[in-house]
Order: sequence, then structure tokens, then C-alpha cells
Amino acid sequence: MPATRPLHLAAEIGGPPRYDAADYVALARLAERGALDFVTLQDSFTRPGLDALAVLARVAPATERIGLVATVTTTHTEPFHVSSAVATLDWVSRGRAGWVVDVSTTPAQARLFGRRHAAPPEALWREAGEVAEVAARLWDSWEDDAEIRDTSTGRFVDRDKLHHVDFEGGMFTVRGPAIVPRPPQGHPVTVVDAAGEHSEETAARHADVVLIRATRPEEAAAIRERLRARAAAHGRRPDALRVLAALTVNLGDGERPAEPGLESAPRTTGGAGGPYYRGGPVDLAELIAGWHRGGAVDGFHVAPEEPARDLERVVNGTVALLQHRSRFRTFYPGGTLREHLGLTRPANRYAHAGGAS
Amino acid sequence: MTTGAPGPTAPAGRRTVHLAAHFPGVNSTTVWADPRAESQIAFSSFERLARTAERGLFDFFFLAEGLRLREHKGRIHDLDVVGRPESLTVLNALAAVTDRLGLAATVNATFNEPFELARRLATLDRLSEGRAAWNVVTSSDAFTGENFRRGGYLDRADRYTRAAEFVATARELWDSWTPATPASPYGVPRPFAHTGRHFEIEGEFTVPRSPQGHPVVIQAGDSEEGREFAAATADVVFSRHSTLEAGRAFYADTKARLARHGRRPADLKIMPGATYVLGDTDAEAQEHAAEIRRQQVSPQNALLALERVWGRDLSAYDPEGPLPDIDPDPAAVIAQGRVTDGDPLAVAARWRALSEAKGLSIRGTVIETTARQTFVGSPRTVAEALDTFVQREAADGFILIPHLTPGGLDDFVDRVVPLLQERGVFRTEYAGTTLRSHLGLPDPVRKG
Repeated sequence: MPATRPLHLAAEIGGPPRYDAADYVALARLAERGALDFVTLQDSFTRPGLDALAVLARVAPATERIGLVATVTTTHTEPFHVSSAVATLDWVSRGRAGWVVDVSTTPAQARLFGRRHAAPPEALWREAGEVAEVAARLWDSWEDDAEIRDTSTGRFVDRDKLHHVDFEGGMFTVRGPAIVPRPPQGHPVTVVDAAGEHSEETAARHADVVLIRATRPEEAAAIRERLRARAAAHGRRPDALRVLAALTVNLGDGERPAEPGLESAPRTTGGAGGPYYRGGPVDLAELIAGWHRGGAVDGFHVAPEEPARDLERVVNGTVALLQHRSRFRTFYPGGTLREHLGLTRPANRYAHAGGAS
Repeated sequence: MTTGAPGPTAPAGRRTVHLAAHFPGVNSTTVWADPRAESQIAFSSFERLARTAERGLFDFFFLAEGLRLREHKGRIHDLDVVGRPESLTVLNALAAVTDRLGLAATVNATFNEPFELARRLATLDRLSEGRAAWNVVTSSDAFTGENFRRGGYLDRADRYTRAAEFVATARELWDSWTPATPASPYGVPRPFAHTGRHFEIEGEFTVPRSPQGHPVVIQAGDSEEGREFAAATADVVFSRHSTLEAGRAFYADTKARLARHGRRPADLKIMPGATYVLGDTDAEAQEHAAEIRRQQVSPQNALLALERVWGRDLSAYDPEGPLPDIDPDPAAVIAQGRVTDGDPLAVAARWRALSEAKGLSIRGTVIETTARQTFVGSPRTVAEALDTFVQREAADGFILIPHLTPGGLDDFVDRVVPLLQERGVFRTEYAGTTLRSHLGLPDPVRKG
């Protein structure tokens, strides 16, 4: 692994539900000041809160560079609508959109829709993979240069560059093409939280960014290698995958010395809520730099326990220190989330297929 | 009955004009070949038009919806603007760059589910602090259904029963939070349970009420069911009557229906879609209008319009020549994803009569029948005409459809709005912050 492999950092801006835009805008701007790759906003149909993708659309014009990644569940929502909304977030943010693919497993969620019973996670994640697949196809269903505005022939589009996707999944079919033209990034960034065994397969096949859970760097390195191997088995380039360790952080106590008896490096602990870091921002910087230097991960996704307090300490403490040590960027060299992540703009699968659909 | 929000008032008993702006993206009236036409998809276009509408103190900004690209003779239609972003996401972004303008999204009640859509609409209403509106449309179209899990399963009769139950269910969800108190400024969610013909759902809603209570409900559609649905349920009707007499008839009929549903005439605003062309003089505006009609109906578009009525391949005909002698094939389906024009034999007979009476070519006939602008003239002429429609109860206001993206509203805001203000029939500043307050609509009564 080359030593210059860039470090990637992302932060959740959810936390306790809020019903106005101001706090979300403030947190996203704070993360942007730290030049973080992206912010995420968690979502679920069964807890009070606003629609996450809508909130990030509201945040988009109030920010310039930071990636905006909303949780979108695929179990009860129409795949066509999912694809359109995520593509539109990319349009309104000028190429900064992503989505965390998620599923709705509980009977309580199913009863909000009344259409189908709760299904086992395995089936729902298989379906989520199909939704990710059809979304990507719909994003490709317009070639980049489909809009021609050819006044000599009166044609607005070249219909040979618009394609039916004719997708048949286990639970749905979509004819296509998309209504929304191909978004600025080609494909908005797809993120999968691979905490569960069923989501790991969907991650290996479809994700650009994978969130993993590990309390030790060796463990993270093993998961990362497994994911890269599984991605390769699906014909993907392993280097097109960014593996970020998920970490809930509590920086409320300020700096504390390492507890006696423990190794001097900062540690994470596992728990019901996943890996958890409690300590100071400087030690967190040590932890992040250490795991990254050793090649265990491509970066971290931190979930501040108290967003207003902890994100401020992450940005002004941890990130500032990493920047000072030249471990993390001090400005955004590019404009799109893919550029922040060092991911190429995907080629269009239909562009050289030839013939109209 | 209800507590009325303070609405704008016009002096000396004159009725107030309401104005909204339609974003001229996908429709056959947009002149994309004009050198001033810009992107119909970039956010900058939406931002510019919305800011112009807000500068003009408009009530709201209106987005249409597409769920399947139109096709003609089995191929994607390529002669008009194609492609648009998803409305609610665009409107949430516009909420960041506007302060007062209402934000209206057309969203289909057939290919969505009440809990999810009610949540998305309530989110827009919260994030815009009470400026959201929902234009409820329905579909029974299997062609569109091919993009959705449900497919084309609804027959025509069920479209409105589902839509009515959909809106009622959404309102149950919007009402399910307790009123705000000092201890819980947003209220708290209470469990809901809805059992009806189309939906059986239960749980807790996730979004508290916005400052305007509920999003404003808009309804488009002119059928008997549509009028009844509007009278029972809608806050605004997006109507299509562009002449004074047709407008007055629709207005009287629709307003008369309200009492049967326990509503007052002022509870429903009737706002026809309207196009306009301005010039320094009436003569100049008429010249512009003729030019724009020719741009809207290219020779290729004229033949396609003819084929839509005739249901036949007529590509061998000269668009500048006479109408075909053969009759339409009423059973043929040649165009998909469009609103149909009615009985093809009757339409063809009307077109033939017009063509013969005026000596019009195919293209000339299509221009005459499909591309008429509603208001053409100098700013003074147009302002007078708009005012007359409102004072004579043909409308409460208009949803203006400019033909240029995104600069098509500039002239109207700069030149017509001041004249309406001079006449005392249009606001000079926003009186309130919510869309309901702009429209002078009562706050919704909380049920349950």
C-alpha cells in the first residue's frame, strides 16, 4: 500500500431529531470547514425526524464543496423514485451527492405502508442490491451528450442516446429510461454500511464507500481485504472501493491521559452501538493516523454522540492536527464528492452499446 | 368555522390577483431553440426563475412531474424539451435560496404511498417554514406504470377514489402530532391508524406540523370527478380555461360546489394556467406571439401533432401543404405519455373546417389550434386583461407559464407586476411568511 494513499474522513450530522434547517446547515458548514469528504444523515421511517435526502437538498445551496450523503431505504420506496431523488440531489449540489443504501426490516415499518409484510434481512438486502443496480442503470440511461438541441433537425435530444433499462428484479421491474438526465457525477456515490453479513455482499457488489465496524486495526484490515477480494470476484477493481471505519465518538471529556495498564495508543471499544471512542481530539487524531498509516482502512466515518459539541472538536481539534501533520487535506482540490474520494467518474454502460433502445 | 389567515386586500372592493410561476421545462410551449434559452435541468435555472418569482412577490413556484418519457410511434419523442429533476428535491434546495415564495410540487398519488409522500411533503413544509404545496395528480396509465412496482393496475374510476383517500390519509398523518406547548414546542407524535378501501396503515408520523399547518393542496383536472374532488378537498385549482367566458363558467360551477362540502367560496382559489407575450405595443406583441408560435410548432412538430390526432404515420405529408384526405384511425395508439386531445374524428373535423375556412396548411392549422397564447399585448394591455379576469370572476389568479427557461419571467415581473400594483390589485410586499397567508387561505382545522 503506497504511503501517500489519501486519508478520507466523513461525519454523521444526525443525532437527536431537529425539525428546522439551521442546525443541519451549521453542522455541514462546520464539516466543510474541516474539508471532510462528506457528511451523512441517518434516516428511518419509525423515529421522529425529517426526510434525510430532503434535508441535504436544503443544505446543498448553503454549502460549496462537502459531499452530502443521505440514508435512503429501498424496501418500501419505488426504485424509480429512489433513482430520481438521488440523481436530483446530485444536480442541486453540483456533483456532491451520495446515498447510504439501507433496508426496513421491522413489522412496524411495514405497517406504515401496509403493502407487504416484514421480510428477512437476507431478502431485503438482495432487493436493496437490485435497487442499487437499477438506479445505476437509470443513471446511465441517458448518455452524457444525449441533449443535443439541434435546431437544424428540430431535435432536442438524440434518442439513440437514451436507453430503456428493462430491469427485472425479484420483486420489481423498471422499463426506463430515467426522467432525470445523467447526474453530474455520472453515478452519485453509493455507500453501504456493511455491519451485517447480508449487507456485505451488497457492499462488495455495489458500493463506492463501505462502512465497517472494527475495534482493532488488524480486524479492520481483515474486513477490508475480504471486501476488496469479494469486489474483485464481482469483476470490480478493489481500488475503486473506499473502506471507512465507523466510529461513534464522544469528545466531551477533553484530553485525558491513557489509562494505566493499557497500551499508550488510543483505543476503541466495541458495544451494542458499534465501536466507540471516548477521549480527546488529539488521541483521536493519533488513532485515525495510526490505523490509516498501517493500511487498515482508507479513513473514518465518525458519528459524534453530541453533534454540536463533538463535531466541533473533531474539526477544530482532530482534523486540524491531522492537517498540521500533513495527514489530511487542508482544502478541496476538486468540486465533486467523487473527486474528494479519488474515485473516477463511471463510464456509461450504454455509451458504446450502439443502437437505440 | 375556521380562523382565516390575513390575506392581501385590494382597495374599494376590488378583488386581489394571485400569481404563480410554472417552471417552463418539459412541455410543448418551451422555446428551447431561442438563443436565450438555458438549461432546463441545472439548479441555476431553477434558482434564477424562483428568485425572479419572489422578486415579483408571487404566491408560489410550480413544478410539473414526469414519470416516463413520452414516446411516439414506439420511439422516444425527441422534438421538445426532455428531462427534468425530481420536484421535491429541487424545491427543498430552492427553500435555501428563497424566503417567502411558496413551493409547489406535482406528485402522483397513484405511484406513491401515503406515509412516505406525506412525510416528504411535511419535510418540505418544515424546511421552508410553511411554504409547501402539493399538486395532486393521478394516473391509470399502464405505460407510466411500467416504471413502478404497481404497474398499471388502477382503472379510471379508482383513480379519484384512491387520490381522495390518499389526501385524507395524508391529512390524518399531518394532524397526528399534538399541538405545541412550551414544554414540547413541536408537539409529540400520537399513534395513527387508517383503514380504508385503498390503504390500511398504522404507526406514528415522524414530522410535526409546519407554521401553515398542512401543505397547500392543489388539484388539476376538469372532469366531473376532478371538479368534485377539488370542491371537496383542494385549496387551489390549476384550471385550463383560457377565455373569459369559459373561465367564468368553470369558476361559477366550481365555487357553487363548495357549500355542499361545508366550505366557503374563498376557501378554494381558481388559478388557470396562462401563457403571455409582451411587447412595447400591442402590435409588436402580436408579432412576437406569431414568431413564438412558429418556433413552438416546427414543421416536424406539426406532423407529429397531426399523427397524434390521426393515429397514422403521416410522415410523407408536407407540413406546409393541406391536411390529409384520409380519416383518423380512432383505435390507434401512436403517442404514449401524453394527455389525449379527445375524440380524434371530432378533432379532425374541427381542424379540417378551420383549415378550409382560413386556407391554412398542416402547420398553420396546428399553430392555430394548439399554440394560442392566453395574454398578448403591451404590459398595460396584459395587466388590464389579468385584472379583468379576476374582477369578473373568471379566476382568482394565474399560474403563468413563460416560454423561455429561465429568463422568461423577467419581463413580466419588471413590467406587468408594477402595473397590477398601481391598479391596487396586487401586493407590494408579502403580508405573511406562509403560502396559506399569501393565498388568504384558512388554516386547516385539526381533526382528531
